[in-house]
Amino acid sequence: MSMLASLLAAACVLAGAFFFIAGTLGLLRFGDTLSRVHALTKADNLGLGLIVLGLLPLVGSLTDALKLVLIWALVLLGGTTAAQLVASAVRRDQRPPE
Amino acid sequence: MTDWLLDLPLALGLFGAGAATLAARSLFGAVLGFISTGLIATLAWVRLEAPDVAMTEAVIGAAATSVMILYVASRVGTRAAPPAPPPMVLRILAAILSALLAGLLALALLGLPEQAPSLAAPVLDTIAPTGLGNPVTAVLMAHRALDTLLESAVLVFAVFGIWSMAPDRRWGRAPGPAFLAEPYGPLAFLARVLPPLGIVIGIYIAWVGADAPGGKFQGGAVLAAMWVLPWIAGLAAPPCISDMRLRLAIAAGPLVFLIIGLAGFAAAEGFLAYPPGFAKPLILIIETAMTLSVAAAMACMIAGPPERRATP
Repeated sequence: MSMLASLLAAACVLAGAFFFIAGTLGLLRFGDTLSRVHALTKADNLGLGLIVLGLLPLVGSLTDALKLVLIWALVLLGGTTAAQLVASAVRRDQRPPE
Repeated sequence: MTDWLLDLPLALGLFGAGAATLAARSLFGAVLGFISTGLIATLAWVRLEAPDVAMTEAVIGAAATSVMILYVASRVGTRAAPPAPPPMVLRILAAILSALLAGLLALALLGLPEQAPSLAAPVLDTIAPTGLGNPVTAVLMAHRALDTLLESAVLVFAVFGIWSMAPDRRWGRAPGPAFLAEPYGPLAFLARVLPPLGIVIGIYIAWVGADAPGGKFQGGAVLAAMWVLPWIAGLAAPPCISDMRLRLAIAAGPLVFLIIGLAGFAAAEGFLAYPPGFAKPLILIIETAMTLSVAAAMACMIAGPPERRATP
């Protein structure tokens, strides 16, 4: 059972790390701001989500597990808001001056 | 055995972020470098098994300070002309002195005895009367209470310094600039959703500091962020700096600390001593007042001095 949990945890954390690396690569390589924001949110949402999912079988208590999920939810909320703010700033700058 | 796999990237990252901060061509780039340095330093403190320091670094060093610097940079960046670079001789001299200092520090670090002199054991033996489970908090509130008292007073003076930047005609008004409200924008959404959760988390972090990593500075900073967020989103206005309630909130921490400290002359062995059996409740009262003060003072420091407003 614990063997299975460890395997599951390793698979999830590795998948999460993949999304972090892909998101970082996109952040560095993509040409325009909107694409870079798109790449970055993948790291926040899926990357951290998968890492939290992978850590869940390893924590000892239910409250610790809930704290981990809460951290992920808070990062989701903060990341989404920041992405929206950056995107709206880009649109404001691109709009032709009246 | 594989510790260096984690530690080497952290150490190199710290150097890299520091170098990027110094070498940045724009003010904004330098601020981003500073934020990265703070975040990597946070991880380094975690690796050094100092979670209390890591939390303070994250919340004060990487977050609150960065917000203040970012705000200042956005205001001076467009107006001020970039200063002329100092002459080459001066730069080389500064580089030599810096390298010398770094070298001496490294030498001192390498020369430390294998078993570093430590007061950790005697501290752990004497924290039982305080009723605190977190030795860091016990040292801050009992063994080094004077330092903590001075730290809390520094916050009040910092607010004095920032408020004194206000021109006479705006003295007594609300701190900071007026932010335009965008009632259905993403920031307004965050300012509505996050504070209920953030206030609970801030109080939790301050409360849990008695027995686990956390405390008044970390929790107070989270509370300050939750207070500032609705101001920035334009949903709420900060109280005027002439408001006696705001001033009392900022001064509450050092005031309560000082009163209880002075009471130590009558009730215990002397200044800042707690009467036996009453240490834990007295520390709790001080921590509560100081959490309030840290939150109010940091919110005022982030907002800045009173500025022009479109509508009163």
